Amino acid sequence: MPVPTTEKITTITDTCVPLNLNNVDTDQIIPARFLKGTTKAGLGEKLFYDWRYEGDGSPKANFALNNPRYSGSILVAAHNFGCGSSREHAPWALKDYGFRVIIAISFADIFRNNALKNQLLPIPLPEPVVLKLLEDIERNPALAVTVDLQSQTVKIPGQPDQHFDVDPYRKQCLLEGLDDIGYTLSHAEAIQAYETAHA
Amino acid sequence: MSSTPRTLYKKIWDAHVVHEAAGFPTILYIDRHLIHEVTSPQAFQGLRDKGLKLRRPDKTFGTVDHSIPTTDRSLPIQDPEAAGQIATFEQNCRECEVQFFGLDSDQQGIIHVIGPEQGLTLPGMTIVCGDSHTSTHGAFGALAFGIGTSEIEHVFATQCLLQQPSKTMEIQVEGGLSPLITPKDIILAIIAKIGVGGGTGYVLEYTGSAIRNLSMEGRMTLCNMSIEAGARAGMVAPDEVTFEYLRGRPFAPQGSEFDKAVEVWKGLRTDDGAQYDATVVLKAEDIEPMVTYGTNPGMAMGISRMVPSQQDFANAEDKTELSDALEYMMLSPGKPIAGTPIDVVFIGSCTNSRIEDLRDAARLAQGRKVSASVRALVVPGSYPVKRQAEAEGLDRIFREAGFEWREPGCSMCIAMNGDQIEPGQACASTSNRNFKGRQGKGGRTFLVSPPMAVAAAVSGTLMDVRKLGETAVPGLQHEKERV
Repeated sequence: MPVPTTEKITTITDTCVPLNLNNVDTDQIIPARFLKGTTKAGLGEKLFYDWRYEGDGSPKANFALNNPRYSGSILVAAHNFGCGSSREHAPWALKDYGFRVIIAISFADIFRNNALKNQLLPIPLPEPVVLKLLEDIERNPALAVTVDLQSQTVKIPGQPDQHFDVDPYRKQCLLEGLDDIGYTLSHAEAIQAYETAHA
Repeated sequence: MSSTPRTLYKKIWDAHVVHEAAGFPTILYIDRHLIHEVTSPQAFQGLRDKGLKLRRPDKTFGTVDHSIPTTDRSLPIQDPEAAGQIATFEQNCRECEVQFFGLDSDQQGIIHVIGPEQGLTLPGMTIVCGDSHTSTHGAFGALAFGIGTSEIEHVFATQCLLQQPSKTMEIQVEGGLSPLITPKDIILAIIAKIGVGGGTGYVLEYTGSAIRNLSMEGRMTLCNMSIEAGARAGMVAPDEVTFEYLRGRPFAPQGSEFDKAVEVWKGLRTDDGAQYDATVVLKAEDIEPMVTYGTNPGMAMGISRMVPSQQDFANAEDKTELSDALEYMMLSPGKPIAGTPIDVVFIGSCTNSRIEDLRDAARLAQGRKVSASVRALVVPGSYPVKRQAEAEGLDRIFREAGFEWREPGCSMCIAMNGDQIEPGQACASTSNRNFKGRQGKGGRTFLVSPPMAVAAAVSGTLMDVRKLGETAVPGLQHEKERV
């Protein structure tokens, strides 16, 4: 059976940071020149680096992460968030910066997988819901959204409660802080049998 | 023998199921695990932290490609971070007994170039690598896809992955390509048609006469960029072209074993009557030389066309995305893209650095000169590619034309190794991603084919390669025979 890791996602209520953009690629989330390390530590400082900072290192005032109106552990974006490179540095950086949930209209496959393995919850919601949420956050940055993984519900003030899909196995892993390797190794005999049959 | 007709994807999936249970993802066996220096160190560390062993070092192969210099290999690496990452990689491989093609190997190269070159990539295999362009290997009728570092660690520990089945999309390209049109143009046309998210949740299978007529190098270019449409993987069913490419490769079966393998591989095709979840059809003769105008690979168009305007898009987000992209790219809506000045030309990357790409480029570069305003470089995909090119005199053609001739690596595709463009510079690049800053902070990338890259180098602008004034253009190398 899966073995516990340290962290769990259950319920999160927090304000949101709006990123009203389609196709946010992982090169934007963390530029490749910051991938030369050999650990996961400290990547939050590099998150969205070229969108956050001018060439001289001063913050770009018009970027959402630098805007003092916005804070919180929920990032909201539009279509196809996390496309491009498979670098897991992207969810590591988002996580290290302090995000716990990403709400978007859709996600790129590899990013979604990587996020789920790092206790960073990607929540796909219908386009009109996300676009209204983005507008509402911009009008009222204090708007707090509640994500309940157990009931697979997102509560957004001014909108009907939203159900979201999550794979039942992934949900169990997130709720109980379980690790995939433990699960797969619980089937070590099946792996051995496969290898014997295909030797 | 199954009575239900199956797609190629389904056949490979079925053959690799280790365990299935309701409510759980499938445990899928992985035949080949390719690793490189950038995405593996945290996975090796994770394995150590858990006290686990790398289960099948014999199915794991590595190389260094992303952060290595493409200058003289006998010199020390200038960047201490890159040097540390490379040293860590080699140490990890030694410790876990993984065979790797290191910086000093005469077989070193970009992982997606050397996998096929060494015969590590074979039809019917499941192949993964911590790199999204692993889709390249699908050209051989393998199921190949990019994974994250947690999944690398999972494969290290179990030689398996937890997977949900994908949907399948047939991309059918029929007919003959016009002269100077390459597989790069085909794939850019496909992504422009279905969009950067159009393949999300799907495995693409490329079919049709235009695909059958492609060489292995051409099919690799095509499958390589499947990920740029968001697809999990791209595949081409293996055929005689595939078998001929693989015969005699170092890690492929040899002699009578190879012939036996071919008999099995011949069954790796989508059965008549099998259903895809979606089908997209393109006519090869409609495809012209392609170029990207925006900041993702879906923002691509024929070189003869005008840069799109707001009225070409229906919804508000697309309009916003367009204006943001055009501002970054310094392009004017409604104006021709041809004539846009170019500062740098890059021929290389896992998309277009194989011998046939270099032959196509050299044929057009021969007897011409790189514009005085352009810096142009050619970075072969591997040492075997480099040696082959040098044996054919291609390096001499490039150098005489004014191109730099470099050592193999990812180089200016990802700009991790010092090969990069400067803020504001425009690069005509044969690589795969035109994301903002991908080739260097503030740099502007125009994705093109190798022939289009040469045309840009020579003219100093984006131009239609068909207007380069070449006489007697023979068939390009990527087509096994021109009809």
